[in-house]
Amino acid sequence: MWSFLARRVAATLPVMLVVAVLVFLMLRLTPGDPAAILAGDAASTDQIARIRESLGLDRPILVQFGIWFGNVLTGDLGESFYYKTTVASLIAHRLEPTLSLATLTLLIAVLVAVPLGVIAAWRFGGWFDRALMAFSVLGFSVPVFVLAYILIWTVSLELGWLPVQGYHRMADGFWPYLQHLILPSITLSVIYIAFIARVTRASVLEALGEDYIRTARAKGLPEVRVLVRHALTNAAVPIVTVIGIGIALLIGGVVVTESVYAIPGLGRLTVDAVLARDFPTIQGVILFFSFIYVLVNLCVDLSYVFFDPRIRY
Amino acid sequence: MTISRLAAAAAVAATVLTATGAVLAQGDPKVLRIVPHSNLAVLDPIWTTAYMSRNHGYMIYDTLFSTDEKAQIKPQMVESWTESPDHRLWTFKLRKGLEFHDGKPVTSEDAVASLQRWGKRDGMGIALMTFVERMDTPTADTFRIFLREACGFVLEALGKPSSNVPFIMPKRVADTDAFKQIDDYTGSGPYVFKRDEFKPGDKSVYLRNAKYVPRKEAPSGTAGGKLAHFERVELNLALRDAQAQVSALQKGEIDIIEALAVEHYEAMKKDPNLVVPNIFNGGGALQHMARFNHLHKPFDNAAVRRAAIAAFQQEAFLKAQVGVKELYKTCPSMFMCGTPYASAAGSDIQAKSNMKKAQELLKASGYDGTPVVIMKPTDLVTITKLPDVAAQLLRQAGFKVDLQAMDWQTLVGRRAKKDPPDKGGWNMFLTAWQAADIANPITMAALESKGEKSSWFGWPSDAKIEELRAQFMRETDEAKKKKLAEAIQVRAFEVGTHAPLGEWFNVTVGRKNVTGWFVTNGNIYWNLKKSPPSH
Repeated sequence: MWSFLARRVAATLPVMLVVAVLVFLMLRLTPGDPAAILAGDAASTDQIARIRESLGLDRPILVQFGIWFGNVLTGDLGESFYYKTTVASLIAHRLEPTLSLATLTLLIAVLVAVPLGVIAAWRFGGWFDRALMAFSVLGFSVPVFVLAYILIWTVSLELGWLPVQGYHRMADGFWPYLQHLILPSITLSVIYIAFIARVTRASVLEALGEDYIRTARAKGLPEVRVLVRHALTNAAVPIVTVIGIGIALLIGGVVVTESVYAIPGLGRLTVDAVLARDFPTIQGVILFFSFIYVLVNLCVDLSYVFFDPRIRY
Repeated sequence: MTISRLAAAAAVAATVLTATGAVLAQGDPKVLRIVPHSNLAVLDPIWTTAYMSRNHGYMIYDTLFSTDEKAQIKPQMVESWTESPDHRLWTFKLRKGLEFHDGKPVTSEDAVASLQRWGKRDGMGIALMTFVERMDTPTADTFRIFLREACGFVLEALGKPSSNVPFIMPKRVADTDAFKQIDDYTGSGPYVFKRDEFKPGDKSVYLRNAKYVPRKEAPSGTAGGKLAHFERVELNLALRDAQAQVSALQKGEIDIIEALAVEHYEAMKKDPNLVVPNIFNGGGALQHMARFNHLHKPFDNAAVRRAAIAAFQQEAFLKAQVGVKELYKTCPSMFMCGTPYASAAGSDIQAKSNMKKAQELLKASGYDGTPVVIMKPTDLVTITKLPDVAAQLLRQAGFKVDLQAMDWQTLVGRRAKKDPPDKGGWNMFLTAWQAADIANPITMAALESKGEKSSWFGWPSDAKIEELRAQFMRETDEAKKKKLAEAIQVRAFEVGTHAPLGEWFNVTVGRKNVTGWFVTNGNIYWNLKKSPPSH
């Protein structure tokens, strides 16, 4: 186990290095000039050149890479061209909204989708199963922003139950914090409910056809115990994998939801940075995302041990 | 739990949610919540020409002079001033009681240092500094500007209302290299920047400057008394979605949307809880503009540029881009209609032309079929349709067109390139300007005709325009300045520096309980008040 962990941690280093080099080069090769963007509409060519110089963008790419990568090795992600603040502090400020949204979304998704998927598998071919499949197709098909507008109109404007937009930090009070997260989380969770429910249904369905399920039923175990203890546990590996992917995707940014509900999260930060060609911020957040992906994958792999005793590292 | 208990629990939850939702939507009358037209990134309004940075500047800084709604220059921090008979010595006395947010008095040294920094970045400031021999500060409240020769725009420059505005900063801040951003935001304006609450891309907060002494005159444009009625002004930088902005305004979670998406205009006008104030000068708020690249074929030929201008009938652009008739108007002038230098001089090539004329002009120009590379920004909703109209009109006139889609920031980077269009350069882009930035021949960047070295993107070169602009700068007689502005415009249409494509109004919308709106050139938030919501 420990050697597996050490190998996986060591393997993250080349991954991060490749990501760093690729991101750096791709940004320099794509069109767009941060200096021209910062200077504003009426700036002259000379003024833009002066700003480019002040940002260090007039230096050879290799020199720029050397400086940036040297700083990264010391834990310094640099300073945003756009906001004149450290990239680390920008990420730190955006982390709470993103983590909160991701956590609540996944909580709703798992609590709703897993039971739905299990019941659908149990009642395979019945009306519930068909209804769930229809809902899944709908969940995948409806664009997130359409769902967001419908929820805002009904829940916020017509019923007046929840705020339309904004984010309140947990430190400013738990209830306002939760109130501002409910609608965005429901909006986002629909697609994950559809996805996780389908995977759960398929996995449980497969497990229900196994001999040990027949044996469990033959022993006279209650059906709930058969479903949860035997079928669901054995079907857990693909479900956990899907949830893991969901965590990584949610932390990697949910731009549309963040934009509609005015949540200052990492997704919005990434898009703003890309639009402004804010190289240090883009590089910093992509490195951060890569790290999160690697970490989540590692956690998912390790979790397999708990669900499937046959797996050994 | 029985069904009835469940229903009761749901009813209680709904009541609690409704009550707390209503509380959240209640607007504190001492707090103004605004969704600005764009994100606020750069906090130094001298370092960038971005309008958001300018608006941020107006909140926290004060100016020596200001421009009223009739484009007249009025004193602001200045109490009195004199001009020598030969127009070469200007003496300014500051108002009493001016104080920076840190409690230190505003002195003449602060004013001079601020002007020096601004004079290195702003187009009009740079032009003014070519006349300035020196500036001195005989007393703490008096400063003098010594000119090498008479200059006709000293007050216009000091009171200019748009980017870059000569805001007055403490000397220690103004001494910062003009090409480095400041990191001390101490001003002397009606609001104090709350730096610890500034979260980039999230919110920007301003608190009332209790020590600010406003002028006695009524507010008008950027001039007059700046009465700060709110204890706190919050810019919501996170709310970007147009539909969500409208929903938040209707629910009362925000008080003002600076730039309403045009498609919501009719609905907002009919909403009894909202108001669409006419805060912009009657002359129009913004102007669309097509810019030619004078360095490369086919627009290195003035006759080809004139053919394009002849094809560009303004109504077509305005109808496609703005759509709502009451929000746009055609205007033959390069300077905004309704402002002092506006005229129809020389505009016949566009105003009295038609497609047949454009086709004839193009035929006679010797156009060789070189495709026109038009850069189309897909993400800037206020101008994104203009390139499609331009492409269609140019094709009708006989041009070959290569319409290239890109995001605005790519366009901004690419337009600075002087390479030929087939090597990453360009032939044309379309943009929009606020009235204040194109109100005279000095501030209008598109009229600069100094060639490749220092003109604005497109780099026209014309000695006659530059000579006329130089005369305009030196002229102190207003009637003669108007004649010179007309002559510059005539010449600009002759050589085809650019094409004006009509004027349109940005729509600002607010809750009905926000009052005190006045005509201005941009979005500034003094004099406004808010009564407690009635519902």
